[in-house]
Amino acid sequence: MASEKKKLAKRRKWGRDDTELSLLALPTTIWYLLFCFAPMFGIIIAFKDYKVHGGFIQSFLQSQWVGFKNFEFLFSSKDIWLIIRNTLAYNIVFIILGIVVPVAAAIAIGQLHSKKLAKAYQTAMFMPYFLSWVVVSALVWAFLSYDKGLVNGLLESWGMDRQQWYMKPAMWPPFLVFMNLWKGVGYGMVVYLATITGIDKTYYEAAGIDGATIWQQIRYITLPLMKTVIIMMFIMNVGRIFYSDFGLFFQVPRDSNSLYNYVYTLDVYVYKQLKTSTTGMAAAAAFVQSVAGCITILTANAIVRKVDRESAMI
Amino acid sequence: MESTKPIQKRRKNEPDGFDRFNRVSKPANAVLNLIFFLMAAVCVIPVLLVVAISFSAEASITEYGYRFIPKIFSFEGYTFLASQSKMILRALGISLFVTIVGTVLGVLLTTLMGYVLSRPNYKLNGFLTMVVFIPMVFNGGLVSTYFVVGTMLGLKNTVWALIFPLAVSSFNVIICRTFFKTTVPESLIESAKMDGASQLTIFSRIVLPISLPVLATIGLFLCFAYWNDWYQSLLYIDDHKLLSLQALLNQILTNIQMLAKNAATMGASAAEMLANMPQEAARMAIVVIIVLPIACAYPFFQKYFISGLTVGAVKG
Repeated sequence: MASEKKKLAKRRKWGRDDTELSLLALPTTIWYLLFCFAPMFGIIIAFKDYKVHGGFIQSFLQSQWVGFKNFEFLFSSKDIWLIIRNTLAYNIVFIILGIVVPVAAAIAIGQLHSKKLAKAYQTAMFMPYFLSWVVVSALVWAFLSYDKGLVNGLLESWGMDRQQWYMKPAMWPPFLVFMNLWKGVGYGMVVYLATITGIDKTYYEAAGIDGATIWQQIRYITLPLMKTVIIMMFIMNVGRIFYSDFGLFFQVPRDSNSLYNYVYTLDVYVYKQLKTSTTGMAAAAAFVQSVAGCITILTANAIVRKVDRESAMI
Repeated sequence: MESTKPIQKRRKNEPDGFDRFNRVSKPANAVLNLIFFLMAAVCVIPVLLVVAISFSAEASITEYGYRFIPKIFSFEGYTFLASQSKMILRALGISLFVTIVGTVLGVLLTTLMGYVLSRPNYKLNGFLTMVVFIPMVFNGGLVSTYFVVGTMLGLKNTVWALIFPLAVSSFNVIICRTFFKTTVPESLIESAKMDGASQLTIFSRIVLPISLPVLATIGLFLCFAYWNDWYQSLLYIDDHKLLSLQALLNQILTNIQMLAKNAATMGASAAEMLANMPQEAARMAIVVIIVLPIACAYPFFQKYFISGLTVGAVKG
């Protein structure tokens, strides 16, 4: 049916409707051209020795082509491998915990006897999602500051030494994982809870009458019916495995030099290089990120398409 | 004892019939409640701590550090901000302007595109779908985006650099398209066309008024995104007059750090000036000013977020 309709639309001549709809779509299309597609073409500055000569187009045209030189510089530095490792490692942990914890929380909160309490917990846990990373950075500072922080205050009152938390690399990977969960669990829970509440109640009644325990009901009814949304979230996150939440890695550790090796991800690296005017390296790193990101998202989608056509995004 | 309770009373708070048996046991319920109570507390407590700090006297913070219950209660953080009202009000003004203009512009651009893509017989439907989908898979990356937006379009150090880049997202366009496709009856549009209505009239007079839920959802997504944005300011704004509240907070957080780092090389007078202002309380007072509207608003708007997320999960 759908393909027949499409064929009909193709055979039809261009009409008044098409002109009017094109005009309606024009402003947004221009927005897409300027803010999405122009940067896509601009990406080739990774192959140039970008120098500022007046405007962007002029600088772009006058800059020398240097082939893969920017990439040679980038990959000969030790940093880049460390940074790619950090980006991938954090994302793998985030993807796994970012699915397991909210799914478990969503299932568990649905089991609570009091729906009012469940709603209250959900509202409270959703709050961090609405805070910006700058605000979160201030909240974390209130706990971890050396001389005034709550944690050091408590340590001291228990007779222990104050700690320079912003200079202790070892605690940051687990702490950033915690902060990522802290900010994201409420959101994830809401997404999964929407799926759970959409499940037909009679399944559970039938299972209960047949003597299934709550565990069995979760295992054989809830989880299978959540499969599609879980896979969707999984692909979206795997597709973004070369991207990281700039705010989390830049704002929360407060750009502390001692944490460099443990908290720098590609996004932070590109930003720092850009701000220190090493444009070539920044452009090369951004190029790697965009291309690798594009490949991962298409691959993830293709795999899901093979396994379960219905769950594929594109 | 349980069985002597009148049945009427028990039925009031507990579900009827089978549901009462097919659920977790009372001890399991208590354990789950405890876990969720702790998780909820962990989410809310940091904000309460910051509120407490903003109401503490500077002397008590210096003496005892940050505390949940201020040793000496004081409004000096807020009075200091009031004395700097020119800076604060300007930042608030920028934040409000960006949020309001950005949300209106974003909703307009998003719904227009969503509506056009929801028309099945439109000739360029396939082409425009690609225009919306490609940026979800591939993007130009930070460096070229920075040069295109900042230099080529000349938005550096203008308020528009805070507005335009966030106005449209393909995710929102798809939410709109799905909503229009599934809830606006085709017959309604056809009959309006019979009466000679143009597409603009159909969109503005028929489609938008019956699509308030999706407008609210997109509007709220955008509203929170603009209010919370600091990244665009970090990239494009050097001019102090154009700092939003978030950007201002960001600068103050970094500046006090910088001052702390340079304390050894700093002259005594500068140090003295720094010592005289209630920097700790004032800083947290700005956090409170930013968080307060969000904390008051989101519990009421939650359901629109949830409906948006659910629609987004359904592909069109």
